[in-house]
Amino acid sequence: MAKSKEIVVDPLSDNNPITVQMLGICSALAVTAEVIAASVLSVAVIVVLTISNTVISVMRNIIPSRIRMIVEMAVIASLVIVVDQVLKAYMYDLSKQLSVFVGLIITNCIVMGRAEAFALQNPPLPSFLDGLGNALGYSFVLILVATFREVLGAGTFAGIEIPFWHPDMNNGLAILPPGAFIIIGVIIWVQRSITKKFETE
Amino acid sequence: MLDLFNIIVQSVFIENMVLAYFLGMCSFLALSKKVDTAAGLGFAVVFVLTLTCPLNFAIHKFLLQEGALSWTGVAALGELDLSFLNFICFIAVIASTVQLVEMILDRFFPPLYNALGIFLPLITVNCSILGGSLFMVEREYGFAQSAAFGFGSGVGFLLAIVGIAAIRKKLRYSHIPDGLKGLGMTFIVTGLMAIGFMCFAGISLTAK
Repeated sequence: MAKSKEIVVDPLSDNNPITVQMLGICSALAVTAEVIAASVLSVAVIVVLTISNTVISVMRNIIPSRIRMIVEMAVIASLVIVVDQVLKAYMYDLSKQLSVFVGLIITNCIVMGRAEAFALQNPPLPSFLDGLGNALGYSFVLILVATFREVLGAGTFAGIEIPFWHPDMNNGLAILPPGAFIIIGVIIWVQRSITKKFETE
Repeated sequence: MLDLFNIIVQSVFIENMVLAYFLGMCSFLALSKKVDTAAGLGFAVVFVLTLTCPLNFAIHKFLLQEGALSWTGVAALGELDLSFLNFICFIAVIASTVQLVEMILDRFFPPLYNALGIFLPLITVNCSILGGSLFMVEREYGFAQSAAFGFGSGVGFLLAIVGIAAIRKKLRYSHIPDGLKGLGMTFIVTGLMAIGFMCFAGISLTAK
């Protein structure tokens, strides 16, 4: 039981997929201009990651090792297609805004990376928890970055105006790509200073 | 002809895959420690993108698009919309192309093959390759335009990754706070590079 808790909690900070493992960065930068878009993508990644980890773990003993990447891709791609169709059906405007980034969950390094590193060697329940933990760690960083970008750049939070915020205080750079890079760099700086796990070059 | 040139210039500078659309970040960050490896990866990405974009265009246009199968003459097939299979088909094409590149490198350029190591198969899951194909579908490019777009995107990626590798090499002699060393500093420098590339955004080209 303690081990299960460790599997879920580790990726939230100590082994965070974005800031420590360096995976899944593409979408962390691209969709974080608004908190709502970031949340929707986070939910999509949680769904895909948990189910794909579980399915691959269930199949882990019957996949021939030479074609394992193709099998993993097939599983992940099918899940993403389903998620994409659901999004197009129920949230059409948002899916247009997220455009290609829902499809790019297939190539999101976290999904493939956790499948290779964890799901192939572990039974289904720990794999499910590992997928959940990593997806939650990913969501945490995504929503944090989106909060900064939206509050600083547009003065709103999830579309709700912030009190005492004047439109002149909007920082345009936060909404643009460079702002995302710099905000994540600072978040990594803060996180590493707190956990004291520095990169040894 | 001018149209193609415009697409190339646009995808290299103005809509750079890495710096404007954030695609390909994982290998961008992981492999930019040495300029040689970065250049090798960049050229491999150019090759793969230039091959896969037109191929995926052909598959999309003649097999998967709405009404694409009407060339078979079978009426029922002509109304089929298989575009939801885009993702799987594109990934299959990309995986095969990367396998081909891997075999070519192993045969003709062994040192580069060894230097790239595990990251060569990881080009398959490089967001920029799939992203290139998906953008091509979204913007409804033609065949020649897809090839130009693929080539331009690859060159943009090459430019960005060689640039950041060179900068990181110089950064090694700087005094950086402990928490920022490595990943954090690379992000901030990439942000500055992105600001630099934004200067190109004012260029107006006649093509879409």
